[in-house]
Amino acid sequence: MNTISDGRPGEKRLMQGNDAFARGALEAGLAVAAGYPGTPSSEIVENLARVSRERNIYVEWSVNEKVAMEVAAAASFAGLRSAAIMKQVGVNVAADFMLHLSETGTRGGMILISCEDPGALSSGNEGESRPFAKLFEVPLIEPADFQEAKDMTKWAFELSEEIRNLVMIRSVTRLSHASGNVVLGELPAETPAARFEHKGDFMDPDKGYMVPFPVHFRHLQMQKKLRKAVSIFEDCPFNSYEGPEAPEVLIVTSSAGYLYSKEAIQLLGVEGRVGLLKMGTTWPLPPKFMEKYLSTSPVIYTVEEVLPFLEDNVKILAAELAGRIGVKTFHGRSDGTLPSVNELNPDLVAAGLSKILSLEYTAMAPAYAEIAQAAGATAAPARDLAFCAGCPHRSSLWTIHNVLEMDGREGFLCGDIGCYTLGVMATGYGTLKTVHAMGSGTGLASGFGKLKQFGMDQPVLSVCGDSTFFHAVMPALVNAIHNQADMTLVVLDNSGTAMTGFQPHPGSEEDAAGNAVPALDIAEIAKAMGAHVEQSDPFEVAATQNKLLSLLDKGGVNVFILKQGCALGPEKKGRKLFDVSVDEDVCFGENCGCNKLCTRVFKCPGLKWDPEKKTARIDDVICSGCGMCASICPSGAIQKKEIA
Amino acid sequence: MTNQTLSADPFNLIITGVGGQGNVLASKLIGNMLADQGFYVTIGETFGASQRGGSVMSHLRISTKSSLSPQMPRGKAHAIVSLEPTEAIRVLQEYGNPEVKVISNTRPVYALEVISGEISYPSDEELKGWMQKLTGAYWLIDATDQAVKMGNPILGNVLLVGALAGIGDLPLTKEGFRKVMARTMPASKLDINLAAFDKGLAMIN
Repeated sequence: MNTISDGRPGEKRLMQGNDAFARGALEAGLAVAAGYPGTPSSEIVENLARVSRERNIYVEWSVNEKVAMEVAAAASFAGLRSAAIMKQVGVNVAADFMLHLSETGTRGGMILISCEDPGALSSGNEGESRPFAKLFEVPLIEPADFQEAKDMTKWAFELSEEIRNLVMIRSVTRLSHASGNVVLGELPAETPAARFEHKGDFMDPDKGYMVPFPVHFRHLQMQKKLRKAVSIFEDCPFNSYEGPEAPEVLIVTSSAGYLYSKEAIQLLGVEGRVGLLKMGTTWPLPPKFMEKYLSTSPVIYTVEEVLPFLEDNVKILAAELAGRIGVKTFHGRSDGTLPSVNELNPDLVAAGLSKILSLEYTAMAPAYAEIAQAAGATAAPARDLAFCAGCPHRSSLWTIHNVLEMDGREGFLCGDIGCYTLGVMATGYGTLKTVHAMGSGTGLASGFGKLKQFGMDQPVLSVCGDSTFFHAVMPALVNAIHNQADMTLVVLDNSGTAMTGFQPHPGSEEDAAGNAVPALDIAEIAKAMGAHVEQSDPFEVAATQNKLLSLLDKGGVNVFILKQGCALGPEKKGRKLFDVSVDEDVCFGENCGCNKLCTRVFKCPGLKWDPEKKTARIDDVICSGCGMCASICPSGAIQKKEIA
Repeated sequence: MTNQTLSADPFNLIITGVGGQGNVLASKLIGNMLADQGFYVTIGETFGASQRGGSVMSHLRISTKSSLSPQMPRGKAHAIVSLEPTEAIRVLQEYGNPEVKVISNTRPVYALEVISGEISYPSDEELKGWMQKLTGAYWLIDATDQAVKMGNPILGNVLLVGALAGIGDLPLTKEGFRKVMARTMPASKLDINLAAFDKGLAMIN
């Protein structure tokens, strides 16, 4: 089977954007990569980990993004080429270190790849990391297609070594998770040697101290490095222009916006009227290069996702250059030519362009659109996200929800980031009442758990997964214990970072490269911290319910670990524990006291309602055989038989 | 890069379904079969949280000229392969046109609100009626049922890839399929997948 390390130089491959980033790093001679899983970034580290032995590189899943960036920086300080890889929110976590890293600078080429999610296709936000490049004064580059994803990654290491600072690469879902043709380059033959030189003069960038002092001097150095990057950007093959010499409208774009804009120009047939300036280097913008193209057109249309970052920087530059390039009219995200939120696509860019050019643009014939809308309204039922059949989170949230209802004091569950975030929806019975960042559920519970003195008597619960526990929940739990809060943390331990594809974490018995490692025990850690710890199997409904009920009035900090593997995990996928069936003679459906509890409330996708026979049924293709529905059926109509 | 021509350039294909049906794998297979022949192939995938019951959609843009936007423009699909019948309707709503060809699995995957009885699932007649109105040609295939008979419902996606080869709008061949499978799948799975491809192909011819 193919990996990113095979293939001859010059060979053309269909590659996912994330494959191309990983391949580019290998071609550059990357020695160390570290990251934390997060969609749409995870495949880069996975790809590198898969070839780590063969290529003699070191690749790790770090406990969180800040540590990932520190691990990668250590390699750079020791003279190696390294990468820190994460999704956009991870850069927030790593930001504190990133500021200081920019002050000390780097030695071996070091890159940050931030994969962002305009449109929040798999995120709880449309967060941007591009402003961090400006804030921390490091260069930012943005590939626009699959070939550039590979080539610009390779180039970023050279740039980093030239300026001796971190280079930030920004990707988006529509590049990371899209695929296109890539021509492969050569892979280096040798592994470099690592050594951290620290015996030189204090200020020696190669052999001195990697510290931010003296601050003003280091800050000046940072800015000097950035100016050097600008001079390199002035003559960079990844910035390009296509279109007429004096376009009526100049589109300035980057990243996925390039292919959308190119298609929008074709859709409207305005190739002769509109110019397309694709910027691969988006911070800082190279002023001379920009002046050349900004001077060609009175109207500037910036196409980017999501915030007007490029647009604002173009405006600043245009103001500075106004004496030479004249006054411009600007369109983009700021003036409503493009929507101020969400990802773009060719139609949105075309709609904006047609407005600017006063052209008609109809994507779909109105007569067809009318029938299609009617069809969609009746024959394409909305599909809310749901926990998979056999998901232990459904069982855990079922019990937590029922226990809070039985308790009757309007207790609540503070949520966190993982598959269980879906617990805010019908599939988790709307049990989660807050969702913010990684670890925030327990931080909030720690705060809520101190409000008794103000008369708050509601039981306080938080929830997290096993990977999230290590990532950011531990400090919040320590905080709750130290400050004597009253709360219960429920850890939904499904044995892996399930949401992003079962990457290992500190509680796993394997590391990123598949080496056996000692698994950290969440229960032992919580006990050592001083929490009262209970454990249960969420599929054992009655036992789980009783244990949780007893914890609600216990006071202090409790940790309740619900351990049951993910239904899609490597040990379980495709293997049914039970053969589940419905005894049609016993199921009374609507006439049962439960009134279809299984399909109406429990709602596992493995269940279906037979409107003819008026009984529940099992969908054998979807059912994963967990047997949970048999435990909740009050009449005993759903039966489970253990499969040998 | 290729001397071959396409019935449309770019040819816009959508593979759709529900998380867990093997949608992404099908798009990779088709993409690689075409890239092997020298075409530019751009695949845009929407599969973020889709393992958890959501709709999944892959856009394939096939061209002799260049990479294209990973999201195709509205109303511009030439063919749609759907692993779930109501997902075909959802896609037609955005990307359909009077000439589009649709191949759809007949096996429903019920949405949460359908399971709970809050909304109803369209009847076969209703689905056929909309297909008639919204497509140039359509084929409804019991791919999952056939796949179950072959031993694994997941083969439904490969059956539909075979069916797409069967309509002949794209240069997809069994030999090309074998070549891609050989380098992306464990050898033990090759025969059953080839059989599923043949089965799908036969269901069109």
